[in-house]
Parts: sequence; C-alpha cells; structure tokens
Amino acid sequence: MSQEPSDKRNIPALDADGLSRRSFLRTSAVFTTGLAAIAAGLAPLRNLKDFTSMEQFVQKYYKELTPEDMEKVLKRIENEVEQQYGIRPHVRDLKPMNGVEFVYCLNLTRCIGCRKCVHACVAENNQSRNPEIQYIRVLQMTNGSFDMEKAVHDYDPAEVPQKGHFYMPVQCQQCHNPPCVKVCPVHATWQETDGITVIDYDWCIGCRYCEAACPYWARRFNFTKPAIPKDRLNPNMAYLGNRPRKQGVMEKCHFCIQRTRAGRYPACVEVCPAGTRKFGNILDPNSEVSYILKNKRVFIQLKEELGTSPRFFYYFDV
Amino acid sequence: MITAIRNYLVFLLRCIRIAFVGDWRYYAWMGLLTVFCMLGLNAYAKQLANGLVVTGMSDQVSWGVYIANFTFLVGVAAAAVMMVIPVYIYDNEELHDLVIFGELLAVAAIIMCLSFVTVDLGRPDRFWHLIPGIGQLNFPSSMLSWDVIVLNGYLLLNVHICGYLLYSRYHHRKPARWFYIPFVFIAIFWAISIHTVTAFLYVGLGGRPFWNSAIIGPRFLASAFTAGPALIILALQVIRRVTNYHISDKALLTLRSIVQVSMIINVFLLVCEIFTEFYAGGLHVVSSKYLYLGFHGYHALVPWIWTAITFNLTAMVLLVLPVSRSLRWLNLTCALCITGIWIEKGMGLVIPGFIPTPLGEMAEYSPSLNETLVCFGIWAFGLMCYTVFLRMAVPILQGNISKSNEGEFLQGSPRHEVTLPQ
Repeated sequence: MSQEPSDKRNIPALDADGLSRRSFLRTSAVFTTGLAAIAAGLAPLRNLKDFTSMEQFVQKYYKELTPEDMEKVLKRIENEVEQQYGIRPHVRDLKPMNGVEFVYCLNLTRCIGCRKCVHACVAENNQSRNPEIQYIRVLQMTNGSFDMEKAVHDYDPAEVPQKGHFYMPVQCQQCHNPPCVKVCPVHATWQETDGITVIDYDWCIGCRYCEAACPYWARRFNFTKPAIPKDRLNPNMAYLGNRPRKQGVMEKCHFCIQRTRAGRYPACVEVCPAGTRKFGNILDPNSEVSYILKNKRVFIQLKEELGTSPRFFYYFDV
Repeated sequence: MITAIRNYLVFLLRCIRIAFVGDWRYYAWMGLLTVFCMLGLNAYAKQLANGLVVTGMSDQVSWGVYIANFTFLVGVAAAAVMMVIPVYIYDNEELHDLVIFGELLAVAAIIMCLSFVTVDLGRPDRFWHLIPGIGQLNFPSSMLSWDVIVLNGYLLLNVHICGYLLYSRYHHRKPARWFYIPFVFIAIFWAISIHTVTAFLYVGLGGRPFWNSAIIGPRFLASAFTAGPALIILALQVIRRVTNYHISDKALLTLRSIVQVSMIINVFLLVCEIFTEFYAGGLHVVSSKYLYLGFHGYHALVPWIWTAITFNLTAMVLLVLPVSRSLRWLNLTCALCITGIWIEKGMGLVIPGFIPTPLGEMAEYSPSLNETLVCFGIWAFGLMCYTVFLRMAVPILQGNISKSNEGEFLQGSPRHEVTLPQ
C-alpha cells in the first residue's frame, strides 16, 4: 500500500499506550458533537405524547386475549378515552350472535343523495373531524351509465336529487372473499362469523396494504392523530367498533358493530329519510333483506367480476 | 473454541476500526452522507410525531415514494445475481474477484429496502407483530409476509456469504466449499424470488387493474437486471479510483453486455404492455392514459414517464452502439439506465396504480419536502453502509488486514491498514 504524506495528518500519532492525548480529545469532541447532532435530529419526538403506552405495546392479539385480559384492555381504553375527552365511555367487546349473518340492501331507485348517512355515520362511529374521515362515499351517477369513472364525488347543488342523475352510496361491502383480509401481513383484519370484517386497531401496523387491495375504496387511514370535539364523542363503544382510533392505523365501516350486535340498526339505516337502506339477517327467511333478495328482480354486487362476493346488494324497484 | 471467538472478535474490531480511518476524501464523503442521514432522521422524527400527514400521501394515493424506492432497491439487490451467475455457473474469470462487491451492494440495498418499508409504516412500534412466534405473520396468504421472509432471508444469505469469504481471506485460508457454495446457489434462486414476490405484491390485487397484469413480474426482473449492473459498473469504477484494487475494463464490459441485453428485453416488455393497454382499450386503460397522456386535466406524471422513456430508449441505443465501449459513454449510459428505471418503477408504476381510485375519483400525488428528506436520508444511510463495507472488504481482499498482522493492531499501531490510492 502506498502511503501519502498527507495521511499523517489524519492519523493521530500514537504513544506507547496506544492513545495520544490529542487523539483522545479529538475523538471525544467528535463523539460529543455526534451525540448532540442525533439528539437535535430526534428533537421532534418530544411531541410524541400518548402515541403508545407500555400496556398497549405489549398487548396480545385480539383472538389470543383471555376474558380477563380483555377486561383489563377495556378498562385501559376507558381510562384513555376519559383522560383525553373527559367522558367516561362504555366500551364493550361484543361477540357475533349465533345464526346471524348480516346483509345490506340499498335501493338505488330511492336514494336522493342527501348524504345524511355519511354524517350520521361520522357521529355514531367517532370518526376524525379534522382531518375528515368518512366511511360512506356517495357518488352522483348519470342516468343510463353505471361507469364509476364518470361519477361525481364532490357534487354540491342547492337541492338533491338533481334531474338526470341517480345516487350510489358506497361503503365497506363486507365481502365473502375480502381482499383486505387476504393481504394483511399481521391478521389485524378478519371476517367474523356474522359476516362483518373487523379491524383490531391495537394490532394494525399501518402498512396500508389493505387500502391498496380494497376494490371499493372502503378503507381509511389515520394519517395523523384524529380530532373529535369532546361534546361530540359517542360514549357507547365497542372494541372492534367505534372506539376512538389512534394515529397510524386503518379503520372502515363495520356495520355499526356496537349497535347491530346489540339488536339495533346501523346509524345510516336509521337516519335515511328515503327508506333506501335495508339491513338484516340473511339466515332469517322472514327478514326484510331475505324478502328483497328473493323478490326484487334486479340486484347488483359491485364489481362482481372480481369474485369478492359482497354482502352489500344494490337493487332497483322494478 | 475460546481462541476462535477471540479471533473473530479481533477481526470484527479491526473491521470497525478501519471504518473510521481514511484519507480526507473518505472523511468528506462520509461527512456529507452523515449530514443527509441526520436531515433524514430529523424528518422521520417529525413524521413519527405528526403521522404520515407530513407526506404527500392520502387515502386516494396511499403509497408513494417510500414504496417506490423500496421497489427499485429490491431490484438493485436482486441484480447481484447477474454477477453471481457468470462467476459461479459459467466460471467467468473477469468477474471472479469482483462478485463480492455486487453481493455487498445487495446487502446495502436490502438494508435500504427494509428502512423504506419501516418508514412507510403508520405504527413502526408494532413491528414485532410481524415476527413469527410472538406476532401473527399472515403467511402464506399475504404477499407482504412473503416479502418480509424473502428479504430478510436474502440479507442473511448475503451477509453469510460475504462475511465467510472475507473472514477466510483474513485467515489466508481457502474457504470450505460446502460452507458457502450451497448458499451461493440458494441465493441465486432467492434473488429471483425477492423481486418476483415484490412484483406479486402488486400483481395480486384484483381491484387494481393497472397492476393486475402478469407481465409486471418479468418487467421487474428485466428492469432490475438493467439498473442493478449499471449501478455496479459505476461503483466498481469508484472503487478502482479510490483504492488500488485491480478491476479490469474487460470486467466492466462484461457487465455492459448484461445491461445491454436486459435493457432490450425491458423496452420490449414495455412495448408489449403499452400495446395491450391501449389497443384493446376498455375501462382499465384509464390509469395508463393518465400516466402517459394525462386524463381530464390531470397530468402530473406525464413529464416523469416521458423522461423515463426517453432515458431508457437513449440508453438502449447507446448500449447497442459500439460507442458505449468507451467508459465515458458507458458511464453516461449507466446513469441514464438508473434514472430512467428509477422513475419508471417508482413514479411510473406505484403511483398510477392508485389513480383513479377504485371509485373513479382522480386525486394526484407528489412527495412532500419532509418525505423527500426521509428518502435522501435512507439513500445516504445505504451509501454509507456500502462505503463502510467496501472500506472493510478491500484491505482484507488485498491482504493488508489479515491474521498475520493482527499483532500490530493489538499493539495499537494499525497504520498500515489505511488503504490509499496510488
């Protein structure tokens, strides 16, 4: 190896102990500067309040929690919500009912595009108001075409419905073959026996692969800490349902688990002024949804060709 | 046993020690990279505190330059195989002593890949959910779980191969064939698999017609085998310039032939893709229209993709012409290949898959400043890793750091270890 004279400057002279005073001082100076630079670089992390807690960090996967574990987890969530919003919520872990499979039917002849469902959903499910997260997207379609690429998403006329248009609300279609469940790398989202695809918000790693996989654009990501005004918080909560989410996780429509697993209708069904939305148990032959699927002649599963087989049916009055 | 551990620790210590020693150019280069690393670290700290809202991503375009860079770098990592195959299967003499530089590049590229995936996570604190045993890895259903396995496996394979060969050289021992040759052959298949699996990540999504095409996998491999060896050609010349390690022009020209053939295949596959999309028409063509021509007043990606196509075509012409046998032209060509393919695979493949959304909404994407700084930070970190690997490997390969001069290191006068250019 050739050795240039200039290098001698860069290599500290070494005394018998292997370390000269000069080199020691220089090394410590470099080391201190380095540490200071790293500390300065990481300074923004001081804003990282309630990002996670030790309890949450070590929390087990939903399906592995024992009833005692779950009790503790629900307590923790109640405490966290109370601390943040000043209201003590009632958080439950509602299980699917036996002999129940939920199905949704939506009458496209009746929908007037008023978006009352969108806002009822936001209020019921504690969605972030800033930035706004909404589970239901209402498309304004032109009569005669089912091409969604021609749909208007941000229609805002003084009055709805507009002549020459029909309206198509889209939300999670609760597929039989959900692509989102298939792609999730950590099983953070899965299909329950009553047909609802749920998310464990405490298990999701926020990779957004499910969001890329969903053919219905039904999933939403918490790009920042969700903001909900304290007086708007809905305190009736479920673990897999509407409890407040954290920054960095996915969420989506879950058929209002906190209501439907307790025998009530989803908020969007209740609020609809046009009777567009029908919800019920397909395993019950006397339910409204069974009647619709048996007797209405035209019903559509969105993007049927993808084989996702939604539990969400669009139909017309004919 | 204890002696073996002691020897290995001394070896590691000497490697670490040498990483901190060099001439002024080495310090300047590492200093520059450190500055970018710190900027990136700071930007990432901001992202952790405020969430991914500081990026340009949205619910509409939910993956951006992080995943784009990830995809590109998986290709770079896989491309090491383009040096391994000639050496280990066809006994290529020219590349024989250089193959380790390709493998080290693969290690650095995988480190960058894993960093890019990590910064893309909304909850990096929950990474342990991916670890089999304590977490819930969704294998084999999720392609992302395959990617976790193949990328980490590839990292381990290459670390083992490089580490073992270097350690053998350090001891002036002939490496035991059974202890690395099987791994070399596994790594060949593994390299193909990392990029195929990464392609399947996109291809497997039925709801995204732009990606749901069988040709994406072959295109990924063709573009990887273009950009990767192109990067190695440039890296080898830098090594040749700053050390006195012998790298022949003939070796560079062997790599040129690989880039040449790969680029021709790459362009051919692109033509196949464009023909199928546009000639058949139909609803699925919207993303392609948006990408290549702009759609209903949205055309953020049009300048990007045409830059990429121009670069790739120019590079192909140059590669076919004898002019690219001269190193100056070859370097220009390599730069064109790398840039062209980075754009094509990043902005040209990942982003348009999201536009329009499955509900037909048009929403565009461009990376934010913070996001860009994080990317620069990771690139700087990756280059720093590669520089350090080379800083360790070159003197070992040249015999300047070996067991025989261990004594001098232990007595504290390791001056001879400073490898310098002639």
